[in-house]
Amino acid sequence: MRRLLLLLAFLASPAFAVQPDEILDDPALEARARDISAGLRCLVCRNESIDESNADLARDLRLLVRERLTAGDSDAEAVVFIVERYGEYVLLKPTASGSNLILWIAGPLMLVLALAGAGVYVARRRRSPEPAEGGLSEAEEARLAEILKE
Amino acid sequence: MIVELGHFALILAFVVAIVQMVVPLIGAQRRWASWMNVAEPAATLQFVFVAAAFASLTYAFVSSDFSLRLVTLNSHTAKPLLYKFSGVWGNHEGSMLLWVLILTLFGASAAWFGGNLPPGLRARVLSVQAAIGVAFYAFILFTSNPFQRLEVPPFDGQDLNPLLQDPGLAFHPPFLYLGYVGLSMSFSFAVAALIEGRVDAAWGRWVRPWTLAAWLFLTVGIALGSWWAYYELGWGGFWFWDPVENASFMPWLIAAALLHSAIVVEKREALKAWTILLAILAFGFSLIGTFIVRSGVLTSVHAFANDPERGVFILMILAVFMGGALTLFAARAGAMEAKGVFATVSRETGILANNILLAVAAFVVFVGTVWPLVAEMAFDRKLSVGAPYFNAAFSPFMVAIAVLMPIGALLPWKRASLARAMRPLWGVLALSLASGALVWAMQTGRSALGPVGVILGLWVVLGAAVDLWSRTGRGSPGARLARLTRLPRADWGKSTAHAGLGITVFAIAAILAWQVEDIRVARQGERFEVAGLGIELREVREVQGPNYRSSMAEIAVFRGERQIAVLFPEKRSYPVARMPTTEAAIRNGVLSDIYLVIGDPQEGGGWAVRTYIKPFANWIWGGAIIMALGGLLSLSDRRYRVAAGARHTSPGAVPAE
Repeated sequence: MRRLLLLLAFLASPAFAVQPDEILDDPALEARARDISAGLRCLVCRNESIDESNADLARDLRLLVRERLTAGDSDAEAVVFIVERYGEYVLLKPTASGSNLILWIAGPLMLVLALAGAGVYVARRRRSPEPAEGGLSEAEEARLAEILKE
Repeated sequence: MIVELGHFALILAFVVAIVQMVVPLIGAQRRWASWMNVAEPAATLQFVFVAAAFASLTYAFVSSDFSLRLVTLNSHTAKPLLYKFSGVWGNHEGSMLLWVLILTLFGASAAWFGGNLPPGLRARVLSVQAAIGVAFYAFILFTSNPFQRLEVPPFDGQDLNPLLQDPGLAFHPPFLYLGYVGLSMSFSFAVAALIEGRVDAAWGRWVRPWTLAAWLFLTVGIALGSWWAYYELGWGGFWFWDPVENASFMPWLIAAALLHSAIVVEKREALKAWTILLAILAFGFSLIGTFIVRSGVLTSVHAFANDPERGVFILMILAVFMGGALTLFAARAGAMEAKGVFATVSRETGILANNILLAVAAFVVFVGTVWPLVAEMAFDRKLSVGAPYFNAAFSPFMVAIAVLMPIGALLPWKRASLARAMRPLWGVLALSLASGALVWAMQTGRSALGPVGVILGLWVVLGAAVDLWSRTGRGSPGARLARLTRLPRADWGKSTAHAGLGITVFAIAAILAWQVEDIRVARQGERFEVAGLGIELREVREVQGPNYRSSMAEIAVFRGERQIAVLFPEKRSYPVARMPTTEAAIRNGVLSDIYLVIGDPQEGGGWAVRTYIKPFANWIWGGAIIMALGGLLSLSDRRYRVAAGARHTSPGAVPAE
């Protein structure tokens, strides 16, 4: 959809992402190129990788990636090559560096906080006396737990 | 004339909403029955007025009244009738009108079916609901009026975005809005309870059906959107982690958490403050979603309106409602003392774990969605957060939920033994792991994604079956089988919904792990092979549709020498909207789809053709529909129909007033 809207903006002719003439002869190399492409953003599109986009710029980038790989670059080197030219905006998976650490840590940190909060809550719930009728004393609770364990 | 009547009806609804916002609330505080009673007729009246406004706009679209600006911009005389209808909400102004139509529908339903609610609570709920209405009527009337006329009407319209001219997408927004707006009911109940200062088991029981309904509509809406993306976008993607998709996904996650925690409130009178908070947040995320979509802050295709004025208005609505509700929450949450006591291992903690995972998962999606904005404003870094981030940061939570779900579902309330809960599950676990290992052995040299999907899927689906079976108690298999049919629908709903999630989890893993793609130049009459299937391009011809031109290919698919399908992928061009679309041709199968796309003619003859084999594609949406079905079963449980009222008087609960 983003791809097509882009087409609307640029009034290009319909086409689709990876063209038959771009595909490398070596399947292993081609597979690596596809993997890299899926992680690189098409700069003129909305939230779309160059692998999915059919913008001209995306095609240029795809060819560039393949050029680098055929020239003997490793995956990381090829990505660095592109990032140096187009900025970190091309990376769909932001690096975990500098302020981006917040992005990567936010989830796990929140999970730890939530677990801690829940732990406190459960501990309090477990200890608080049963209200109204039918409440057991702590000794009875412990005894009951023992019985249930058996 | 009819259009003006509709415009006038909308203004009347605005006025009625203001009355409904103020009068019943004062009545409830002062215990004046006559003032409280204003709420119900007002809610009905609001609905009638908005329905009239909506009908008049629909009339304008269907009759192609191009003196209306909105119709000119989004319709065309040659457009098929279905899309003249769906064109009403295929644009910003009309979709906001649909928003309030659904809002008033929910408000009116609360008035119609809320007979068993205590009058004070009902009056407050309807008053809060009207307050939301007031905000959105103002938004529509002052910033995005659908009834604006043109001084000089053109001869014909500019047509609807062709991508939206599709049956799947015609019904996607209404379902999504039923979900978004349905969560406003949970919000209204939460705020009303905070004003009252009382949350008890009965409250949990009342709020749950609304949440369940909202959640199941959201499920269907999201599934429709995803299915549409699959067949329309031309390469069979089904989820893109686009800001707009995330906007609908976050409320879904929170609503799922809420409808579980509301059970704890209902059955055990614990997790009260948390449940209230979730109800507020769920609607908050709906508003954030509306903001993201409508403001164009994180622009994407869905952002019909790139108008900052509207964005600021919605942001203000968000600030008022979230700020107000959370302040109220901070002031009153302390009064929500929990009563139920439970052990560390119990269903209560199981649901708590579910809530934590769902809420934190929603938080991760939220952070990832707004991070580009934050990074640019605060750190001056222009960056992207795309699918690879979400796959890495979000998926672990779903895996954890799938792992824990069958165990949590079997734990009894209050105090449980893990060993006992696991007893019927060991067999399931062994079977799932064995199947995973078998699949692993069969697919040499590929990722672990497929086998893990098999393990998780089987574990969840069979776990749900074991859960249902365990509800039948003891006795001979025959007697248990007989009891199975008489189980409460809520039990069936729970197991069905859980199994649906298992199916979707499996299907997503399967399609990602095992899909086959082939891109090549195909010459007419030459057969090529993809994953054991023979594919042959027969011809490409030009076809004229009602409002488009199309290059339609005829492609035959063979298994061995037997022809199993003839497919017609198209490349369409809509001259009025000046836009091309690809129409993939799909042969749906139970185990896998054959997905064909035709591209451009190539120099030196032949056409570019893409062939995909998409294993278990339909299971993704099938699982979602089963989840929604589970919600529906639960919703039809008799305890919501019979004697849902009768708040047991609880001596311990003291109103905070």
